[in-house]
Amino acid sequence: MKLTSVLGVDVGGTFTDLLLFDAGTRAFRTAKVPSQRGDESAGFMQGIAAVGTGVDIGSIVHGTTVGTNTLLERRGPKIGVITTRGFRDVLEMRRRDRRRTWGLWGDFIPIVERDFRMEVDERTLADGTIRQVVDEAAVRAAALALRERGAEALAIIFINSYANPDNEQKALAAAKAIWSNEFVSASHQVLPEIREFERSSTTALNSYLQPVVSGYLGKLEQALERQSFKGQFYIVQSNGGVMSTATARRFPVRTALSGPAAGVIAAATIARQAGYHNAITCDLGGTSFDVSVIVDGKASLAAQTTIDFGLVIRTPMIEITTIGAGGGSIASVDRGGLLQVGPESAGSMPGPACYGQGNERPTLTDAHVVLGRINADKPIGGKLARLDVDAAKRAILTHVGSPLGIDVLKAAEAIVRVADARMAGAIRLVSIERGYDPAKFVGVPFGGGGALHVGAIVKEIGLEVALVPRFPGVTSALGCVIADLRHDQVQTLNLPLDGLDIAALDRRLVAAGEEVRSVVCSAGAMIERIDLSFEFDMHYVGQTHTVAVPIPVTLQGGSTGITSEVIKSAFETAYAASFSRLLSGLPIRIVSLRSAAIGRRPTLDLSTFAPGPEATIEKAKKGTRPVWIEDAWLDTQIWSRLDLPIGAIVEAPALLEQPDATIYIEPGLRGRVDKLGNLIVERALK
Amino acid sequence: MRDIDPILLAVLNGRLVQIADEMDATLYRSAFNPIIAEAHDACHGLYHAKTGATLVQGTTGLPIFVGAMAFAVKAVIDKSNQDGNLEAGDTYLFNDPYDGGTHLNDFRLVRPLFWDGKLFAWLASVGHWLDVGGNVPGNFNAKATESFQEGFRVPPVKLARAGVIQQDIVDILGANSRVPQSNWGDLNGQLNALDLGERRVHALLKDYGEELIVSALDVLTARAEKLMRANIASLPDGKYSYDDFLDNDGITDAPLSIALDLSISGDKMRLDFSRSSPPCDGPLNIALSTTVACCYVALKHIFTDVPANAGCLAPIEFVIPDTTLLGVSAPRPVGGYTETILRVIDTVFGAFAKVAPQRANGSPFATINALSLSGWREHGRRWVMFCFFGGGLGGNPETDGLNHGNNPISTATIPPAEILESLYPVMFTQWALRPDSGGPGFNRGGLGAIYEIEALAQGATDVSLLGERGKFPPFGVNGGKSAALNRFIYQTVNGEHTPPLVSKVTDIRITEGQHVRLETPGGGGFGDPLTRDPVRVARDVTLGYVTPAAARKDYGVVVGENGAVDTVATAALRSGAR
Repeated sequence: MKLTSVLGVDVGGTFTDLLLFDAGTRAFRTAKVPSQRGDESAGFMQGIAAVGTGVDIGSIVHGTTVGTNTLLERRGPKIGVITTRGFRDVLEMRRRDRRRTWGLWGDFIPIVERDFRMEVDERTLADGTIRQVVDEAAVRAAALALRERGAEALAIIFINSYANPDNEQKALAAAKAIWSNEFVSASHQVLPEIREFERSSTTALNSYLQPVVSGYLGKLEQALERQSFKGQFYIVQSNGGVMSTATARRFPVRTALSGPAAGVIAAATIARQAGYHNAITCDLGGTSFDVSVIVDGKASLAAQTTIDFGLVIRTPMIEITTIGAGGGSIASVDRGGLLQVGPESAGSMPGPACYGQGNERPTLTDAHVVLGRINADKPIGGKLARLDVDAAKRAILTHVGSPLGIDVLKAAEAIVRVADARMAGAIRLVSIERGYDPAKFVGVPFGGGGALHVGAIVKEIGLEVALVPRFPGVTSALGCVIADLRHDQVQTLNLPLDGLDIAALDRRLVAAGEEVRSVVCSAGAMIERIDLSFEFDMHYVGQTHTVAVPIPVTLQGGSTGITSEVIKSAFETAYAASFSRLLSGLPIRIVSLRSAAIGRRPTLDLSTFAPGPEATIEKAKKGTRPVWIEDAWLDTQIWSRLDLPIGAIVEAPALLEQPDATIYIEPGLRGRVDKLGNLIVERALK
Repeated sequence: MRDIDPILLAVLNGRLVQIADEMDATLYRSAFNPIIAEAHDACHGLYHAKTGATLVQGTTGLPIFVGAMAFAVKAVIDKSNQDGNLEAGDTYLFNDPYDGGTHLNDFRLVRPLFWDGKLFAWLASVGHWLDVGGNVPGNFNAKATESFQEGFRVPPVKLARAGVIQQDIVDILGANSRVPQSNWGDLNGQLNALDLGERRVHALLKDYGEELIVSALDVLTARAEKLMRANIASLPDGKYSYDDFLDNDGITDAPLSIALDLSISGDKMRLDFSRSSPPCDGPLNIALSTTVACCYVALKHIFTDVPANAGCLAPIEFVIPDTTLLGVSAPRPVGGYTETILRVIDTVFGAFAKVAPQRANGSPFATINALSLSGWREHGRRWVMFCFFGGGLGGNPETDGLNHGNNPISTATIPPAEILESLYPVMFTQWALRPDSGGPGFNRGGLGAIYEIEALAQGATDVSLLGERGKFPPFGVNGGKSAALNRFIYQTVNGEHTPPLVSKVTDIRITEGQHVRLETPGGGGFGDPLTRDPVRVARDVTLGYVTPAAARKDYGVVVGENGAVDTVATAALRSGAR
């Protein structure tokens, strides 16, 4: 057994990507096999067969969409909720929102319907006082009734349990005594944070996912065992860190953005090793364009996300801005005569018009095919033999060209430009609009189609350069291999800064720090060290929103050495960075404590993946093809990307092809292969 | 008008809307009172330099302001013409409801945006401040007969001159509120938003040049008009009338009529409110600009694809005489404006249901239920808990109505019970859906809610409420039925009571352990309830949305003990009902 080898497996909607890397020999293998929607474990095991056998693998790190898909498709089991009398409808009443600003249609069906939500007598007040001790007999009766109705998991969610979990703990013990499986949890375990809807939603979604994710992991573990796999098995979380499968079974809700988060982590690492500490990662898939910003080598974390209307998950996750513009996004002209691309998508089935699988409306991919940028004879992924260029032309002419009174090529170009503009808008949202100067960032496009838009990413945003990773199509699998271990925890404190008992606060930090550290330690992974970080959510008393305030302290010798002055100055720095005015003189409050432990894994040297001496310009040169560029067909050089040697310069216009992606270099830019094999796209020298 | 490449236009449109959205987000995150921070009762946009017409509006701002802001900017333009000496960094502030405002709580900040030494456009920010004086904390004074009892009024004044805040104005604002710190925090949040908007628009002008941006704004306005005309032209010509009613004006127990005659002729629409009740003594009046703004909201909910700018109002003719309660001037009280505009919107929905029954939705619950609980903390500090509550949306051609949604004038989220309990001495004993509150229909109206709140304060807790739909329920369309009425209950030593004017009270005082309870309406139904699939009705009974008795009475469906439809009894009941 090679304990040093790590296998990254990213199961996406269309493909399962794998990367096996042996830190001892620095050997690696990649593979791409079709995913099997509904039975993701089958695709997973086929992928493993493609790179080796279980015996060869030291550990496996997995990015999964099982959780997200279960929620989006509502294919989880019946679960039960037991809650405080008077509050069983919280999950269904949400925060009194509606689907859209304009238009009043549409309904909402919660993942736990009303007949599976039961109330018991109990009450805790906002200050933590137990006003009414929980009726444990009632909890048992409710749990029995829910079990009888077919609930496969149980969530206990009491009002104000963030302030004092006593009643929830008692109810938990009572329910566990009669429940037939391990899927019983209480909201203070999942999210001890104020706001009952967000806590209820996160807890209920967690329970809903428990049987599914647990079953899925069990199936994988059995299959791996049959293959004599004896190593550790980890799951990527939405926060970009890795957790043990035991933790994943407890907190499956933390896998909601597992796959996309792995991609961001990989892109950040690739950029850093190439010498760029600030990056904007851009993942262009079939239906969406996901953007994330890396500052000083770190991805920013968002506190919550909405998976679908009314399905809110509050747990730290890599902040990923998604717009509905992917290869399958449909182009149309609205009644006001404005060209739109997306958010409606043809997905991968039926897919773009050129797939010939029944869709006749034009997509972004169709536009690239018509313009000659995607090779119709060599579709990515190898599922189809060739693409139907005429079908793509027909679709574009009918739905875009004719309504706008322009020919098919102009229309195709317009579709790409509008898509470029939408992508640029998303990038602007995460960079310029947050005060970051794009000239200081490198763009990292990945996924199947990202590199086709690299020119727009550079030119429209004013980025200095873009970096296309050596294997853009398996970026998420690489992220699995390199991601650190991580555990996050939040606790609402509600403490005014004036008259703060600093010693008591220090004790809380120490306890929280030790707790998150122990979760990471118990995962049993090969790590170099554990970093602890503390952050407060703070505001001026009277505000309801908070700013995230990183607290510059370290835990050593049983204390963090925290002081009121440190907290105040950290708050003012964070507040001033977000808003133009400090409100001096107003009292300040600490709302919540966020603690994180990060177990650093050994650095993976990406030069392993760089092209070897066998790569030469001559080998890479693959003839020419006409491509429609700025109102004319230009004979464009085609390159075999993986055969380009280090230091190679590629002049525009050029198309670089590789099995998992196509890169288009437009006039005004040029490409350069760096020492790691990345393609650096920069402005051509005048 | 210069012709612009449609692709470039799409790009510029995206940038402009993004600026307004970001201004919204800046205020939400830095605001002090939950009505802005959580309920998003605010709005930002870019307005025409000369006319004040809306050029660009965010997608997240409160819908009602989208229509009202143009009038606010126009009021400031008129004032600045009198004042003269307009310069960069000036910022006007006002809340005058009769001159482009809505009600006294809504403070508008309007700033000229200069480019190349010339006035290019106006930026504006509006937000609902928690308390602006008057007789009732939170200012929803159901008994007001003059504006002066509702709070203090500020005409357009220069809050900032060339970037310097006039502290004396800030001091006057502070002295006239029960919660000066909260207002001061919100004012700063609005200034933050304007600062940001100014930076962003300047960057855009730098990137593309003034001429191109001006042309793009013109073209976008023209396109909205074209789209609106296309929408109207697709409807059959004719005159369609709908009358709805307000319970009372808070003073006299007599209904007020909102009567609309909607005419369609080709690509033009006329909204005539001449038959409505005259101005009333209580706070249910609104000014003309507010009426126009809420019609805009109604039309935007019907024609969802029309962009939010002045162009979409071009094909609409309004008739709003000042002899009606929809076109009043100072000092008629307007503090209950939310109820009146919701009813105006309902009449537009009601008339539209006659124009195109298959595309209509049942009336939403359409009352904000502005409930204020207040008292005193230690050391003489005031506490004011002020909140709007949810209800059901109407059944519609596609689905049942949404349970517990917000009103069409708003995208507000409700503050969590845990946040309210952590801030104020109250305890919610119920926060639940209200059975049988949705209007029966082929697609049922969404359910309203029940909120019961117990006072924890040892001293007195003062209660006031301004709500509606206590006598005239949200209506159904296309054969759908009405939803449940609004109810308000308060407890005293003698037990539970309901106020005589149903949902308008100011002088209730409860003590520790006593409670108040709001039961809000659902939405009206869509289509004949007797055609609703009995299996769906049985499901509603299982879930407790509909009681077995109501299933029989409203839907003609008999549901057995086991939750299944009794098909024989149902068939008999339904054939008898026809």
